[in-house]
Amino acid sequence: MLAEGDRVRVKLDWPETRGPCHIRTPHYLRGREGVVERRLGSFRNPEDLAFARPAEERDLYHVRFDLPAIWQEADASEIVVCELIEQTYLLEDETSAGAGDVIVVELFEHWLEKLA
Amino acid sequence: MDLPEDQPRAHHDLGGVSKFMCEPVDTSRHALTEFDRTVDALRGLLGAKAVMSVDELRRGIEAIPEADYHRLSYYQRWIRSIADNLMVHGVLTEAELRAALEAK
Amino acid sequence: MNVLEADSEKLLEAVLGLLKGKGVVTPEEITARIASTDSASPAQGARMVARAWTDPEYRALMLRDGTVAAEAMDIPMRGLPPLGVLENTDEVHNLVVCTLCSCYPRAVLGYPPFWFKSAAYRARAVRDPRGLIAEWGTTLPEGMQLRVVDSTADYRWMVLPRRPHGTEGWSVEQLAAIVREGDMIGVTIPSV
Repeated sequence: MLAEGDRVRVKLDWPETRGPCHIRTPHYLRGREGVVERRLGSFRNPEDLAFARPAEERDLYHVRFDLPAIWQEADASEIVVCELIEQTYLLEDETSAGAGDVIVVELFEHWLEKLA
Repeated sequence: MDLPEDQPRAHHDLGGVSKFMCEPVDTSRHALTEFDRTVDALRGLLGAKAVMSVDELRRGIEAIPEADYHRLSYYQRWIRSIADNLMVHGVLTEAELRAALEAK
Repeated sequence: MNVLEADSEKLLEAVLGLLKGKGVVTPEEITARIASTDSASPAQGARMVARAWTDPEYRALMLRDGTVAAEAMDIPMRGLPPLGVLENTDEVHNLVVCTLCSCYPRAVLGYPPFWFKSAAYRARAVRDPRGLIAEWGTTLPEGMQLRVVDSTADYRWMVLPRRPHGTEGWSVEQLAAIVREGDMIGVTIPSV
């Protein structure tokens, strides 16, 4: 069981490369480090529910991540220049989020590794 | 480490995908059609009757090939997933569905 | 041809015909379900917001347990996913998205709007959030933190916006009338 303030890492795993699956952990968060905000409760594992298999209850947490950091590490070849929306602008550091902006996501316990 | 951007991605998993970064959002109001409302109601009833779950609906939507996924409207994806799931559960068979479609 | 690739309208008609024949779902049930779903609208969420702006106890309840707060306003929540409420303050602004599908707090806001379901919204909200809300003309004050909430699993999230200046002394009905759908998702900010 994780507690508020625990530092966690989202598993660096790519089940979608191994065949049919249904996962609720977004691609952009794999391998990222965040902080547990709170436990939201226990819910049946959607990875099994989606295939009508018996599904265990798993703890679900609200986890907070630094938003700019997620995109700053993107490959330089992926830098996005938008010319279509009103005016040309470069997404500085790959994102329009400001310093201190965060993203908060519901994640199941089996996707989280507790950091020391 | 292997950064997420380098890994294969399921096409419904849209957070941060570069090709949509410059696409404007259509903020206007779109009224739902009778088709949309009917599909929505059908999904709700099948959920309430424990015939199929919302998780199975999502799995069926995610199974739609990428080009179709982006071409189909929201509720067009739903009816495709619903039909898929009803066959998976044996509520109706492919032969029955094909016959019903050909009878139109 | 794969039956699933049939025309969507024809597919719906075929499925409904078969389900009726098998006694799984009747046309009457569909009609009743549409009527009940149509009754949920942003006006429900707006009533909750207006009450929270005028009743500190209700505000505390809403932030603690959105489901109970909705039920307290006679909004049916039984069997629906839990509702979480995200509080906008002088320092923090919340924006809701579902990048994987289109999870939306339907019990309190009704059907999700077209834009919420679009690929552009789902892709940009987590990477270009300030550029995204600028499409609604929304700019956040200098120094305000943006919290993007990606609704990935079992909760549904709505935003409790800040009460705008210039509404002192207004009734809850007057207040509810200025709260829009977008204010409760975070793409817009209520104003008078």
